[in-house]
Formats: sequence, structure tokens, C-alpha cells
Amino acid sequence: MKLTLKIWRQKNAQDKGAMVDYKIDGIEPDMSFLEMLDVFNEQQINAGEEPVAFDHDCREGICGMCSLFINGEAHGPDRGVTTCQLHMRMFNDGDTITIEPFRAAAFPVVKDLVVDRSSFDRIQHAGGFISVNTSGNTIDANTIPVNKKDADDAFDAATCIGCGACVASCKNSSAMLFVAAKVSQYALLPQGRIEATDRVLNMVNQMDHEGFGNCTNTGACEVECPKGISLENIARMNREYLSASLKG
Amino acid sequence: MAKSALLKSSIAKKVAMALSGIFLMLFLAQHFFINMTSVFSSNTFNSISHFMGNNPLVQFVIQPILIVGVIFHFIMGFVLEIQNRNARPISYAKNNGAANSSWASRNMIYSGVVILAFLGLHSYDFWVPEMVYKYVEVNPLDETRYFHELVAKFESPVRTALYCLSFVLLSLHLRHGFSSSFQSVGQNNKYTKGMKGFGLWFSVIVPLGFVVIALFHHFNH
Repeated sequence: MKLTLKIWRQKNAQDKGAMVDYKIDGIEPDMSFLEMLDVFNEQQINAGEEPVAFDHDCREGICGMCSLFINGEAHGPDRGVTTCQLHMRMFNDGDTITIEPFRAAAFPVVKDLVVDRSSFDRIQHAGGFISVNTSGNTIDANTIPVNKKDADDAFDAATCIGCGACVASCKNSSAMLFVAAKVSQYALLPQGRIEATDRVLNMVNQMDHEGFGNCTNTGACEVECPKGISLENIARMNREYLSASLKG
Repeated sequence: MAKSALLKSSIAKKVAMALSGIFLMLFLAQHFFINMTSVFSSNTFNSISHFMGNNPLVQFVIQPILIVGVIFHFIMGFVLEIQNRNARPISYAKNNGAANSSWASRNMIYSGVVILAFLGLHSYDFWVPEMVYKYVEVNPLDETRYFHELVAKFESPVRTALYCLSFVLLSLHLRHGFSSSFQSVGQNNKYTKGMKGFGLWFSVIVPLGFVVIALFHHFNH
């Protein structure tokens, strides 16, 4: 496959950055998108040019490290996959592919296609956990009966890998789907109910503090989420938040 | 949590936006039913209009709440829009919004601005003259004037066309706004599918009804 790549190049966080056009040849349809970028970078290095910086880690669709806004969509045109699981067979020979970093004030660009998503970490630190005494007398979680539906919903919410595709896809750069998934996975389980009030208030407060936009229920996040996290979680978080606000 | 923090939170703003939207949709529904009577019976329309225009509860309680609700809804709409734009200072070079969301959901601010402009025209046409008639000129009660006043306004083809265009944008606004308001207040369960279906019908039937009313009086003048 011969392709034209339009890639966002930015030297560092202070640089203004710009889209730059490149040509690439010899791409196999069975390559992953990141393998295509590996080939591109090899071509750049051989030509004495700066390779493009992009995030990646497990390349198995489970770590949430890879990002990229490809042809106008987070993780590209395929559904239910991260960029590392996107394959070049989704494109045609001769295509022009536009590759940009995830855009949000709360995700500042570090270099080229790499963005700083530590705002998600700070939201997690604000309440995305349960406090358990691990001094040796911890009760086995499986001894507490959990309704099957709640267990399934909590598990579905817990599959969020925190990649940030929801923020990147949302026209408002809202992080509601991510935060809602984290709030829901605990709110649905007995172990999580104990700190549920503080959790939702603190996590939403941190989310707002980070400068994410407001949810307008377009549903773009749900469509682009590689793990299929449902908007139902956002409704649950809204209920949790309103209930917690009245208690507080 | 401090009350000021709650009022500033993104979720509280969205819930307030949704509740004011639900209130405005209820108002719209009763407005639709009352205006629809003008197509079938001028006497019925006059009677209901006279009641709505002179009942103290409607005039001095519900009407002020409605005015506050409308102003709150559009001011909050602009506030949220500005915050949302600030959340992405650099736009994408290529953004395929149509791949994951509806046009109506992505352009609520534009359909809202058209509806706001329409409300200005609508107030100029009906509400302002009504206030002047009753409270400035203090004219005597006339139960038969409402139908004629309505028909006279739709004599102009330009005004009729502007009203119809606004109703199309109202339909798009409701198309997303109806289901979105219930999602914002936390309603997403086994009834959601039915609510979305009802919202779709509501967003078509109510604006279409207003279009029919406008065209009916324009062509039957």
C-alpha cells in the first residue's frame, strides 16, 4: 500500500506545532496501525529525519496507552478497538490518513502525537479506589453475595482502560464517560458503597478542576470507546452525584 | 461539600439545564394543544386564550416562572458552550463527528440560537402587544379578539415562512434535547428506549403541528 500521511508534528509542549505531509510505501494490509508508524519511523531515521513520537505499550488493546485521532476518529475508523488493534486493511491503497494527538486542554501535547493524560490519574487519586485493611484479616470479597446484574454491570464498567478516547471524541472534551465508569464499578458493589458519597463528589470535583468540558449527551464517547462503556454509567454517576450532594 | 461547589459543578449545571428544558417542553406541549384548537374552533381558541390571559395563577405565577425558565435555559446554554469550547483550545484538522453522533446533538447551540431569535419575534408579535393591551392601554376585556389577532399575524408570507423555519430548528433541538434531558437527570434504564421513541414523536409532531397551524391560518386568511 502507498499512503499519504498527514501527521501533527510538535517539538515540545511550548512549540506551536503543525500538520506535515509524508509519503510512505510498502505497507502491508495486515500490519497494525502502530506497525505502520514503526515502518514510517524507520524511514524517517534512515533519511536522517526526526521520528514521530507516539504512545504505545502492550499493543494488545488492554493497557490504554495508545491514543491517536485517525481520520477524524479516536483510535481510527474501526469499532471496539484501540489504535494498536487497528489494522491497515481498514484503509485503501492511495489513501490519505490524517493522524493527530487527542485534543483537550486537560490533555496537553508533550511531543508530536504524545499527550499528557495524567489528569485521569489525578481523578483516580481523588476517589477511584476502595480503602481495605490489608493487615492480614481481610475478608475474601467472594464471601459477600452480589446480585448477578450488578456484578456484570460493575465488571463492564471496570473494563475501561482509561485511554481517553471518550475525551478525544467528545465535541466538548468531556471526561464524563471515564469518570462514570470508575464511579460505577465501585458504586455497584457492596465494598464500594461505603465510600460512595465522597468518591463521586471528589472525582467529579477533580474532573471539573482539570478543565474537561461538560457532557451534552451526544453519545460520541460511547461509539468510539474501545471497550464499549455505556452511557448508562453517566446516568448512574449523575444519580450518584445528586444523591451525594443532597446527603453532603 | 460547600453549596457553592455544588452549583459550579458540571453535573449540577447539566441537571439544571435538563430540568429547565423539561419544563419548557411541558409548556410547549400545552401551547401546542391550545393553538391546535384554533384550526378547529375559533370559539374554543378564544375561550382558552381568554382564560390563559386573565387567570391570575397563569398570569402572575406560571408566566413569570416561564420567563425565568426561558432566560435561564439560554444563558446556561451559552455558559456551557463557552466552557466546552475552552476545553479544546486547538481544534482537530479533521473531525468526523457524523461517524459517532447526530447533527442535532452536535449543533444544539445553533438550533438554540435560532429558537431564541424566534422567541424575540414571537414576543414582538404576540406577548408585547398583549401586555400593552392589558396593562398599558388597559383596554376592556374582549373574549372574542384572540382568534382574529392570531390570523392577522399569519397574513404575512415572510412571517409565516420565518415561523415554519424556526419550527424545523425547534424539531432538531427537541430531537436531541428530549432524550438528553432525561439522561442528564440520571434516567437511563429499561424505560429509556420507550422514552427515546416518545421523544422522537414529540420532536416531530409538536413542531409539525405548529407548522400546520401557521400555514392553515396563512392560507385561510
